[in-house]
Amino acid sequence: MKNFIPFLKNKNPEDQSKIFVPSRRDFLKISSLATGGFLLGVNFQCAGPKGEPITFAPNVYISLSSDNEVILVAHRSEMGTGIRTSLPMIMADELGADWKKVKIIQAEGDEDKYGNQNTDGSFSVRMFYEPMRKAGATARQMLINAAANKWGVDPSECTTENSQVLLNGSSKKVDFGGLVEALQTMELPDPATIKLKELSEYKFIGTDVPIYDAKAIVSGQATFGADVDLPNMQIAVIARSPVVGAKILSYDDAAALAIPGVSQVIKIEGAGIPPGLDKPLEGLAVLASNTWAAKKGREALVIEWDLGPNQSYSSAAQLQEMAKSTLKNGKVSRERGNFNSAKSSATKVLDRTYLAPYYAHATMEPPAVIADYRGDGSVEIWAPTQHPQWARGAVAGALGLELPKVKVNVTLLGGGFGRKSKPDFVVEAALLSKAAKAPVRVQWTREDDIHHDFYHSHSAQRIVATLDSSKKLTGWNHHTVFPAIGATGNAAELHPSSGELELGCRDFPYDVPNIRIETHESAAHTRIGWLRSVSNIHHAFAIHTMMDEIAEARGLDPVENALDLFGEDKNLTFEGELEGDFGNYGEKLEDFPWNTGRMKKVIQDVAAKSNWKAHKDAGKAVGFAAHKSFLTYVACVVIVEKDANGQLSIPEVHYSVDCGVGVNTDRIKSQFEGGAQFATSLAMTSAITFENGQVVQNNFDSYQIIRMPQSPKKIHVHILPSTEKPTGVGEPPVPPYIPALANAVYKLTGKRIYELPFKV
Amino acid sequence: MALFNLTINGKSQQVDVDPNTPMLWVLRDHLDLVGTKFGCGIAQCGACTIHLDGNAVRSCQLPVSAAEGAKITTIEGLSEEGDHPVQKAWLEHDVPQCGYCQAGQIMSAAALLAQNPNPSDTDIDNAMNGNICRCGTYTRIKAAIHTASKNL
Ligand code: FES
Ligand code: FES
Repeated sequence: MKNFIPFLKNKNPEDQSKIFVPSRRDFLKISSLATGGFLLGVNFQCAGPKGEPITFAPNVYISLSSDNEVILVAHRSEMGTGIRTSLPMIMADELGADWKKVKIIQAEGDEDKYGNQNTDGSFSVRMFYEPMRKAGATARQMLINAAANKWGVDPSECTTENSQVLLNGSSKKVDFGGLVEALQTMELPDPATIKLKELSEYKFIGTDVPIYDAKAIVSGQATFGADVDLPNMQIAVIARSPVVGAKILSYDDAAALAIPGVSQVIKIEGAGIPPGLDKPLEGLAVLASNTWAAKKGREALVIEWDLGPNQSYSSAAQLQEMAKSTLKNGKVSRERGNFNSAKSSATKVLDRTYLAPYYAHATMEPPAVIADYRGDGSVEIWAPTQHPQWARGAVAGALGLELPKVKVNVTLLGGGFGRKSKPDFVVEAALLSKAAKAPVRVQWTREDDIHHDFYHSHSAQRIVATLDSSKKLTGWNHHTVFPAIGATGNAAELHPSSGELELGCRDFPYDVPNIRIETHESAAHTRIGWLRSVSNIHHAFAIHTMMDEIAEARGLDPVENALDLFGEDKNLTFEGELEGDFGNYGEKLEDFPWNTGRMKKVIQDVAAKSNWKAHKDAGKAVGFAAHKSFLTYVACVVIVEKDANGQLSIPEVHYSVDCGVGVNTDRIKSQFEGGAQFATSLAMTSAITFENGQVVQNNFDSYQIIRMPQSPKKIHVHILPSTEKPTGVGEPPVPPYIPALANAVYKLTGKRIYELPFKV
Repeated sequence: MALFNLTINGKSQQVDVDPNTPMLWVLRDHLDLVGTKFGCGIAQCGACTIHLDGNAVRSCQLPVSAAEGAKITTIEGLSEEGDHPVQKAWLEHDVPQCGYCQAGQIMSAAALLAQNPNPSDTDIDNAMNGNICRCGTYTRIKAAIHTASKNL
């Protein structure tokens, strides 16, 4: 697998935005249903980055059955964002389907069929809003044409509603199911005649639609990774290299094999250094007929490790080194004006250092995956994967199989947050199933998950801000240093990539005449990955707590300060200032401009809705921050107080968000509610540290997640009405929350926060 | 290995397992009741919560040998049709995100309401403290418990 960062889709040509154009050639596909009905497949061909057609690709799949069922394919992974509901819902809305009669089936991983399935980077809705609408509208037009034909009327006189075609101004109607047969012999509509509905015509888009799987989840019937069961399946629990790069010198498995239920012990060859994003760690797997025996078996293993070059690694020592390096000149990634001259003429200089730790994803469901390698050289996988295509490719590579020999079924994901895009655990199961000649479920324990994650990098940052005699912010110098994601695949990468820097650092949006952004070297000693909002986490923390100090130094209210520093409404381009091009999360600036006016609107909105001024004037501890990420504009106000026991409590949070058209408004709200909770953990309870190359924390006792009593009590999400293109909301809630909370805590305690996680 | 007679969701079941096997794995691996989830294995997360004679317990810490003779209820047996007032309230508030923690949350909430039909916010905080939701659905869980309390 080449070195790429899948969360930024422009970093890999394969992940380029694909423009969907209906293809007449492959448009209609009729197949027999087992039940005797008929399916109408609406297939879409997609065009590559330069408009060139990609071979047959039914990217979006709608089926209608003669018994009036509408079957929609969800091709993105469901990890809690509601995407398995929201994308089919868009198709259903265009189609005029009865939502109660919609059945959703999950697509297997197949790039040729479904296009991009990498569920990451908050881009599912952004990338697929338009194609899903086109799919639904095309199917609607076909149904209308069929009904109009039947009635001898003009198609323009017909509409669809509740899975029926209606003749306007009459009581005539026909079920979709009743038209399925007629569709088989029908002429295909010219794609140019397909008309999308107006926003005002939608019934579901822009409303609160419950998630499709809710009933199954609350009754314990939903299928997650570990819930798939196959006959004769073995459960594998693996002892993995305690230090990244460690190799097994020798082992004794006699005691493990003596445990009733344990069947075999199999070695997995690890990648060494660099560990790679898609490879397993070196390990010894104990296979057993049940999980308990496999766990006991692992405890009984005796393994002698060559711990390798990372065995003396201390994260605390590295963090100190990283902080020290920011005192020197670094590699400049963005330059505007002349920071040095701003500094020499400054009347006030704020010089602050910010530290943030490694974080583990700690998805509620630890990785678990089933592989069934069969005698005919094919393998079938059931995995809670965010990226089934990557998993498919990685398994094919590891087993030396052609892609068509690998089938990847996607289960529900018990949380993803970026962890489950990496296919290392899927490859483990595939290798073990082949070696054991049996279906194998690999079950990670929580300790495995905490010890062997692809961590969010720890970071040191230094920001120097200069003010002149008129209290104008004249200079901004941001040093950022953290082991890069790219180093997991290429140990020579010592600086963060431009992609990582555009996650809230070098895309610094404020109107400051002199800006310098620099990076410094730091090597990776573990597996670095991406965690919900990625480098935005630490960048937003540093930038917006510094902004709060700047506001104070300028004698301005933090909201006023931010509005002032955005200046006139305009589109930012960063032209002529950057080393390399501006990535804009993979989108063209013409399509998704960086508009300061939209940012100012969410700031004004959150100030109004949260009653910011009233709280502030009453001396309450309120904090503010605003941060755009993944093309979504977010402003956040956090209110804190001390409870009767002197503990910090967070009674209220307000978010204002501009994410373009809000598709499923309830799921937008739930992502923000969850984002605030997630960010509370990052801010106050969670940290991963390394000693002797090994992770110190083990489980939820030492890697702590916020619990209900400490969690924010009320989270208000204000979605600004918009007709702009929709953007994602999975990650954007996290970045502004942490500095808003830190700024509120400063108001409460008088102490500035420079290091995460912090205690009050 | 030893034989154990268990009463689960009103049904008698027999399993032949290591007496130390936690009920979590007995349910999941031996009885195909996979609605109960594994999250930590050390009584820290609540994903594995079941009812033992009506009390919420962490099945990852309950050896099968200690479960004999007790009435065990899992998420699959909380109600016939998934229509326990807590489950209904969960749907009304559309609580789940990824859903993985929710069986445990619902079992904890149902046990709380059975003992305290009208819990305060603090009662809820205390009863739910052992259940982590990484997706962060806490505000909806609390609201749903209040709704369920009204509809008991
Ligand atoms: S799995 Fe039992 S409490 Fe976490
Ligand atoms: S809903 Fe995902 S952990 Fe609770």
